[in-house]
Amino acid sequence: MRRTVFPHKLLPWLLLAPQLAITLIFFYWPAAQAFRQSVLREDPFGLSSTFVGLANFRKVLNDPAYLNALQVTVIFSVLVAFFAMAIALFLAVQVEKIIRGKGFYRTLMIWPYAVAPAIAGMLWLFMFNPSFGTLAWPLRQMGINWNPLLDGDQAMALVVAAATWKQISYNFLFFVAGLQAIPKSLLEAAAIDGATKRRAFWTIVFPLLTPTTFFLLVVNTVYALFDTFGIIHAVTSGGPGKATETLVYKVYNDGFVNLIMGDSAAQSVILMVIVIALTAFQFRFIEKRVHYG
Amino acid sequence: MDNGTHSPLVARGAARTLAHLWMILGVIIVAFPVYYVFIASTHSVQTILRPPLPLLPGSEAFENYRAAFSGEINRIGGVSLWRLLGNTTLIAVGIAVGKIVISMASAYAIVFFKFPFRMACFWLIFITLMLPVEVRIQPTYKVMVDLGLIDTYAGLILPLIASATATLLFRQFFMTIPDELLEAARVDGAGPWRFFKDILWPLSLTNVAAIFVIQFIYGWTQYLWPLLVTNSNEMNTIVIALKKMISFADADTPWNLVMVTSVLAILPPILVVVLMQRWFVKGLVETEK
Repeated sequence: MRRTVFPHKLLPWLLLAPQLAITLIFFYWPAAQAFRQSVLREDPFGLSSTFVGLANFRKVLNDPAYLNALQVTVIFSVLVAFFAMAIALFLAVQVEKIIRGKGFYRTLMIWPYAVAPAIAGMLWLFMFNPSFGTLAWPLRQMGINWNPLLDGDQAMALVVAAATWKQISYNFLFFVAGLQAIPKSLLEAAAIDGATKRRAFWTIVFPLLTPTTFFLLVVNTVYALFDTFGIIHAVTSGGPGKATETLVYKVYNDGFVNLIMGDSAAQSVILMVIVIALTAFQFRFIEKRVHYG
Repeated sequence: MDNGTHSPLVARGAARTLAHLWMILGVIIVAFPVYYVFIASTHSVQTILRPPLPLLPGSEAFENYRAAFSGEINRIGGVSLWRLLGNTTLIAVGIAVGKIVISMASAYAIVFFKFPFRMACFWLIFITLMLPVEVRIQPTYKVMVDLGLIDTYAGLILPLIASATATLLFRQFFMTIPDELLEAARVDGAGPWRFFKDILWPLSLTNVAAIFVIQFIYGWTQYLWPLLVTNSNEMNTIVIALKKMISFADADTPWNLVMVTSVLAILPPILVVVLMQRWFVKGLVETEK
């Protein structure tokens, strides 16, 4: 709290008004509606609705299609978070060894950050398009029956690749910042003690990077859950079959395309709980960071 | 480095060369998709449809880009390329500027004034972090319909300018301004506006630049929101238009023009990030940590 403040009474409210208005109209009101609809069921004509308690949730959680979407989401998120972080960390470690040309590599590494997820998906689809993709061509030559538009696993591989590719930039920047914060004297001491580079990395560097890694784990999970909607929508539309239908894609599809309100609202509420849990986790961990940061 | 190299200097040189090789490989993987689409945009449809694509630019570049800008996109997408670029720029700049204005205003109110429910307001803004569009798609759409905001620029921009992260960042930054500075300004008779304009704004410029880059990218790359609140082709962003071109893909799709559109959808945000790299990297790493 500051000691000195301006004495005005009305002005702060005027300053806050735009942000609060937008927040209430476009965030809180719809979120409250999602909660309300999640415990109601509308008749097919949308004329009346009855309170059904948790029935929508029971229905959603027992729906094989929903459980499939849950499984797809978990597989997709784990793969994207793992590869995006592992590749970024590896490259960040390499770039730290370099003295001249760091800026040049960084400039080239940050491109994908600026590419829209949907377009990232399209780029990968162009390269791996079964009919004219240049990179699909060698796969065919090798005798692989490559067709991500028909094969669920191949479709999954394609969206994971696109989503990972886009997130490497972000992770790279954070890992570079994290590595730069590690005191060089520690590594020199380890070298004098005869530790190999590999050993020094796993016993000194990696543990000291834990805060960055945890932070990125949360960010990457949120990214894989929500921001990749564009990739899925543009590349596979959840298909083939339901092989790449994630939770967010399903909420969109049920609420907006198939117009099943109660189910869609219940799914929204479940997603909200997931986001709240992730955010709470992130902030608890940031609190901890402060102690040794 | 225990593989028999005797001189530590030689070992270090070898490690550095290896690091360069890895980075070159990494950069190739990272930059290749963008390069690929750029190369494709300079070839004729026939060349694109006959893989593998040459690795060097073709001779059709001028012709493809000329055709795309002079109405060919209009024929396949129902709206001109200029309009698409204009829409997307307007939305991206609108969102970035809007976010900066309203989050600076609210952070200013929360930090430099004392009023009832001050912290309640802060939390109210903060909690929106947990309510992304994706978790409230359907009810938000209904609000948009009720307010008549479908197919309007206001509908595309306004709901996206509330920003917990930007408010948080400005609040943090404002709290580092020493009390003495405010006291001195007040002794000199400066009101809230003078203090903001002459002291706070100049000090905030680096943060403003960083947030501008991050939010410009955020606005340019929006997907779900424009998909929900626009029906008319006239209101398409370039990303949505591209998706529409591809989803109606058939044998006659002019892939060369699709590639040109892709390049133009990618280039402006890449330029912003690369040219404003210094502020962007600093802002990104500092805001989120």
